[in-house]
Amino acid sequence: MFDLVTFIPRAVGQGIPLLFGSTGEILTEKSGNLNLGIPGVMYVGGICGVIGAFFYEQSGSNIPALSIMIPLLCSLVGSLLMGLIFCFLTVSLRANQNVTGLAMTTFGVGVGNFFGGSLIKISGADVPSIALSATSAVFSKKLPFAGKCGWFGEIFLSYGFLAYLAIIIALVAAYIIKHTRVGLHLRAVGEDPATADAAGINVIAYKYFATCIGCMIAGLGGLYYVMDYACGVWSNDAFGDRGWLAIALVIFTIWRPNVSVLASIMFGGLYILYMYIPTGMEHMEIKELYKMLPYVVTLIVLVITSMRNKRENQPPESLGQAYFREAR
Amino acid sequence: MSETKKETAISVRDLSKSFGHVHANTHVTMDLYKGEILALLGENGSGKTTLMNMLAGIYYPDEGQIFVNGKEVSIRSPKDAFNNGIGMVHQHFKLIDVLTAAENIILGEEGKLDIKSACAKIREICDKYGFDVDPNKKIFNMSVSEKQTVEIVKVLYRGADILILDEPTAVLTPQETEKLFAVMRNMRSDGKAIIIITHKLNEVKEISDRVAILRQGEYIGDMITANTNAQEMTNMMVGRQVVLNIERPQPLEAPKKRLVVEGVTVVDEEGVTKLKDISFDVESGQILGIAGISGCGQKELLEAIAGLQPVQSGSIRYINDDGTQEELIGMDPQKITQMGVALSFVPEDRLGMGLVGNMDLAENMMLRSFRDNNTPFTDRKKPHDLAEKIVDTLDVKTPGIDTPVRKLSGGNVQKVLVGREIANSPSVLMTAYAVRGLDINSSYTIYDLINMQKIKGVAVIFVGEDLDVLLQISDRILVLCDGQVSGIIDGKTADKNTVGMMMTKLGGEDKNED
Repeated sequence: MFDLVTFIPRAVGQGIPLLFGSTGEILTEKSGNLNLGIPGVMYVGGICGVIGAFFYEQSGSNIPALSIMIPLLCSLVGSLLMGLIFCFLTVSLRANQNVTGLAMTTFGVGVGNFFGGSLIKISGADVPSIALSATSAVFSKKLPFAGKCGWFGEIFLSYGFLAYLAIIIALVAAYIIKHTRVGLHLRAVGEDPATADAAGINVIAYKYFATCIGCMIAGLGGLYYVMDYACGVWSNDAFGDRGWLAIALVIFTIWRPNVSVLASIMFGGLYILYMYIPTGMEHMEIKELYKMLPYVVTLIVLVITSMRNKRENQPPESLGQAYFREAR
Repeated sequence: MSETKKETAISVRDLSKSFGHVHANTHVTMDLYKGEILALLGENGSGKTTLMNMLAGIYYPDEGQIFVNGKEVSIRSPKDAFNNGIGMVHQHFKLIDVLTAAENIILGEEGKLDIKSACAKIREICDKYGFDVDPNKKIFNMSVSEKQTVEIVKVLYRGADILILDEPTAVLTPQETEKLFAVMRNMRSDGKAIIIITHKLNEVKEISDRVAILRQGEYIGDMITANTNAQEMTNMMVGRQVVLNIERPQPLEAPKKRLVVEGVTVVDEEGVTKLKDISFDVESGQILGIAGISGCGQKELLEAIAGLQPVQSGSIRYINDDGTQEELIGMDPQKITQMGVALSFVPEDRLGMGLVGNMDLAENMMLRSFRDNNTPFTDRKKPHDLAEKIVDTLDVKTPGIDTPVRKLSGGNVQKVLVGREIANSPSVLMTAYAVRGLDINSSYTIYDLINMQKIKGVAVIFVGEDLDVLLQISDRILVLCDGQVSGIIDGKTADKNTVGMMMTKLGGEDKNED
């Protein structure tokens, strides 16, 4: 009845964008910046990749390496720009991070839909979407021996390279945060920038780098979604609320990217679970309730972590606050 | 130390710094020599911390020069300060709670992360100067004195030759202070130059070689510690003759019982007994001093009376002028306040209780009085006047009434808090650590204010750290030890040793023998 071999790859496919998003946001938050613009950044990351792929496909050439590099670079540059805007506003000008972040989300979604709509117009398609099947084919290319390994290949080897990249980035990020000097400094900046500053750490640089790199990683989530999960089909607003789920994941994993690897897949599973639970035709409304699962789980985790109240599990102390050295 | 051997570690010439319209430092010129401990004295807000922050790279001077070891330097960031061998231990510790001591100590260094060798180096420093630190302990598990030790080790780890300690003893017990001083002497004989900021004149005498004095941001002068005395130092700090003794005035009316506490027991949320069977009474027109090492139940006791702390058993009765009694336990804290029971508790971080940092002085006054009028609109006039009065009488240094409280220097914040509670014209006034971190002149102003209340017939409960003051000001002293009453003694005849013994052992020396 419940087919794990088809369910798990679908859950992973749902989870990878969340993993990118949460890893990026964890890095950002570790520097004390609360970037609520992540959904917008992921949107921009997606649409920029689409723009790059679209014009590359239109040019008629089809070299696999370029099919990957061009959208990838476009996506990275797009989300980097979003990160720079956020940093400039919140770090250099010390604007309120919540307001800026929410504005960035609105802005990012708007940018995505604007260019998405324009591209659909240019392509002259009669459905409101663009299909970039050539690019998508390269992005979602499975590992070569996936087909020969039965269920094992299906569950572990059947993903595009971005999925593996997401896991690698998450594990590397976890290692950097925990075991390197850069990570130690990053944590210090997020906990108490004044102290980090007094210790001679360049607080501004850390905030900029962490936030921008975080945005670039999150942007890849958008790219993965379009190119791999959605098979190269861009339609406006299809990305949905995955960006917010990524932020929920940050809290769920208590700021640990390595935990996020499994947690994001679990969230992905919860996200699509409603499609796999038979409810019968006359009770379709129950399916809607199942869609709440990831959020309910986040709420429960929030309750549990705050009840245990362990000092290590708290958000970075200065999260959401601007830093000004001479403030008194 | 002979005059000929003196070598300057830091020379400061014509240093100035202003914040908006406030001149924190104007043309300060001073020298610090190698192998000496210099005490920097000044009233709250006289610019001591600002001056030190300029040496430590937190602030950048508006004008003036700094010379380190004879060479002119520009200290634009804390990193520059380290590179010049200057390390500062700030009054508010600059430590990151969730990291371990070792991680905090190596914070900001370059190169590969190697906690193990760092720990080894930390232990080496500890052995050399006599510190006691566990490098792998997390900061949030540490006591205040441990945290301070970590701060000092951090500075030494970076190879600082010039140490600046900003009020290091304000949060330490006498024993911990002794330990700190021993370490400081070790560092001095190692050739390091040390600047210590403190308000406690007896400590200045004990530890420093030389005293430098700032007043309103200006450098007044320096002198050899051995050749001066508390009176002279205070006069220089304040700029006029100051009387340094606390009176024990008689109240206008004969004392009457005001508050009776019987068998109060308090158990906190974790099931720890904070107070056990406490009984005493408080009389109008009298000051009851409460002595005890920190954390032995003072806070819980005051809060129980104020209705902020649930009480397991016992009774606290308030006696009206006509002799009728009212039970305070179980009563709404707001109602207790209305009856005239005021509590001013100054916590270690000063802003923690009673004041809102982002609100201005007048608005903070309003926190007490906003319920007083019956219209839905607030009365801003009265709090504003009160704020002006407090600024005036307590000489609060602020750019204006509409300045957010958090922008004031620590001592000034406190004057605002204590001033407000006293202005409330209570019938029972409870103050805890009213002069914590205050300079000597402001402290005496506060003692005077408390005594004025006593003369008016207010029953005062005074929790203090400084035993000398406690003995001088109190009519009776209640000594707490580990949440229990160790004894109640007469303030006029008590001596410091007895109280000290009672603080550490229940009942004092006598009990110890059986």
